[in-house]
Amino acid sequence: MKKWTGLSALLLLFSMTLSACSSGSTSSDATTSSTSSTEKVTLTYGMWDKNYQPAMEKIIDTFEQSHPNISVNIQLTPWDQYWNKLNVAATGDSLPDVFWMNGPNALKYISNDILMPLDDLTQKGDIQVSNFPSGLIDLYKYNNSQYGIPFEMSTIGLWYNKTLFKNANVAVPDDTWDWDKVKEAAAKLTNKDKGIWGIGAQQKNQQGYYDTILQAGGYIISPDKKKSGYDLPASIEGLEYWTDFIKAGDSPTAAQMSQTDPVKLFESGKLAMLYDGSWAVGEYANNDYTKANVNVAKLPKGKEDTQVIHGAANVISAKTAHPQQAQQFLTYLSSKEANEIFASFGSGIPAFNGTQSAWVKSVPEFNLQVFIDAAANAKPYPVSKDTAAWLALEDEYFTKAWYGQMSVTDAAKEVASKMNDILAKE
Amino acid sequence: MKWWLGRKYNKTDVMWAFVMIAPNLLGLMFFYMWPVIQTFYFSFTEWGDFGKYHWAGLSNYETMLHDPDVWHTLRNTLLYTFLSVPISIALSIVVATLLNQKIKFVYVYRTLYFLPVVTMPAAVAMVWKWLFNSDYGLLNQLLHKLSIDGPMWLTDPMVAPFAVILVGVWSSIGYNMVIFLAGLQGISKSYYEAADLDGAGFIRKFWTITLPILSPTVFFASLISIINAFQVFDLIWMMIGDKNISLDTTQSLVYFFYEQAFVLNNEGYAAAVAMLLFALIMIVTIIQMKLQNKWVHYE
Repeated sequence: MKKWTGLSALLLLFSMTLSACSSGSTSSDATTSSTSSTEKVTLTYGMWDKNYQPAMEKIIDTFEQSHPNISVNIQLTPWDQYWNKLNVAATGDSLPDVFWMNGPNALKYISNDILMPLDDLTQKGDIQVSNFPSGLIDLYKYNNSQYGIPFEMSTIGLWYNKTLFKNANVAVPDDTWDWDKVKEAAAKLTNKDKGIWGIGAQQKNQQGYYDTILQAGGYIISPDKKKSGYDLPASIEGLEYWTDFIKAGDSPTAAQMSQTDPVKLFESGKLAMLYDGSWAVGEYANNDYTKANVNVAKLPKGKEDTQVIHGAANVISAKTAHPQQAQQFLTYLSSKEANEIFASFGSGIPAFNGTQSAWVKSVPEFNLQVFIDAAANAKPYPVSKDTAAWLALEDEYFTKAWYGQMSVTDAAKEVASKMNDILAKE
Repeated sequence: MKWWLGRKYNKTDVMWAFVMIAPNLLGLMFFYMWPVIQTFYFSFTEWGDFGKYHWAGLSNYETMLHDPDVWHTLRNTLLYTFLSVPISIALSIVVATLLNQKIKFVYVYRTLYFLPVVTMPAAVAMVWKWLFNSDYGLLNQLLHKLSIDGPMWLTDPMVAPFAVILVGVWSSIGYNMVIFLAGLQGISKSYYEAADLDGAGFIRKFWTITLPILSPTVFFASLISIINAFQVFDLIWMMIGDKNISLDTTQSLVYFFYEQAFVLNNEGYAAAVAMLLFALIMIVTIIQMKLQNKWVHYE
């Protein structure tokens, strides 16, 4: 008795000391309170990406030079905590004056009146929405009002391994490619003996079935956000495009891909083709093998020549204490000059049409222009107020379809009916 | 018993005692007890966006009763707990007994067995995920050498629960082993000397001396292990994950809670799930407390 009580008491004491230590260091982060002077105003600017910070700091520097009465403080919160923190800040009315928003969260914030409508700026012409890809602008539009101005964008391309194409004597992808070409090439490139597959048919939405569903003429969510499009024959066709590769043996199985990330397979020369986003440029450029052996082509078209586009946007808190200054800052962030500064850092693609050439030149080995050209015909990334709820459904049922435990048609119909229930409650 | 009324304790002593334990007591109240009470309250609410919630009565509990996901994650959790804990305890006792002998490098072995305990569960899961990889993993390569076709450890729904249990056992042996070692060292040598005189062998001594005297330690270790096993989450989250067909047969109650609370933002429902887990752990612990008279020998 004595022995273990002593030990457990010691353990307990130890753990309590630990917890007391950690609880002692409560957060005391000094949020910048607004200055007392009425002339000089300090804005806070909330963001999540450390890689974009140097570019943003430079943009803020130039803004402060032309607006001596406004200073801007960056409030960086890593992605993992960003949305939780923003959620709490919105609840407690302590949001930054200007901050980053993304597509899946936008409608939730807009419909709860947390963001300021920007119609004053867009109607007066301070910000021209026509300067940005319409697919991106539409992501942040609600009831015909604009709530956010995109500052970056991501599109999808067909990444391919030049060396594997050459070894199999297959012509590399070009602008004319369509679904049939991909299927044909995937079959030729697959080499079971060498453990090489033609394509990685990942169970991914943005760089996968969202694009092919749109290309087949289907949709994920109706424009009025009231109806799921998953049960449309065209949408099912867009999903089967992927599962067919697995059935034909031209892609690793779903089980193999959930154990070994297809990106890793692609980077080790086991996959000849992979649909992947513009965000992967850094990854493939920093890897010696992919830098030398891979390139990217325009996304092959289906019945339609389109794909999804996503990009984060700058928004203003509806309750900011300095609405005028926040609008001035947002106007500058959405200017050509700011977007050109952003492009010069090469960390992401600026959303402003025609400012992207610096980014395109950042990795001359890759044909990055395809990502810029893709924006013109791209459609907005599908979202609703409660995007997370049906994203979970996609994962649940499409996993069964990818593993072949459920037919694609049944899975799609199941998702559609449950998604319609969710949308009806919004 | 009523020490606060009696004169046995000096008032200033009592005051100072409280001052001394205050940092821990306050921390415990504030960071453990208060959230428990709050969770209980929130389990009767329904949450909207941005912290707006309203009273929902028993509706979360009603939903829970009819939610097949709750029952199948509960079944997975029970399977994990009642397979992994006995195996872990049994192996830990064996390992502790062996490492309580006078053998060379005993401290090296003890350290090796304890290492998984001080390793981040996420890191443990990542390494095992590699080992389990059916195409490139070390485990199946070894089996291949023995001309055995290794299973799809993590993507075969029938095998994956046992793969998770294997890792769970592997990472908990070290902790239990240390507790058992402490218990073993407390057993007086005279018992064994007497047994030696009577001609008892190693196995006999283990069953008739070691195990009975060790029983309070076994009781403590199984109590803690069961509580820990009921809360299994990170291993499954890291090794199985979202787009794996085996999630159906491995998803634990805490995983389900996590999804509801942090992915789907159903905080009220998640709180109800947490209360179910709380009640479950409490019941199992009470049953164990009651049963201890039957098998635990206190000296």
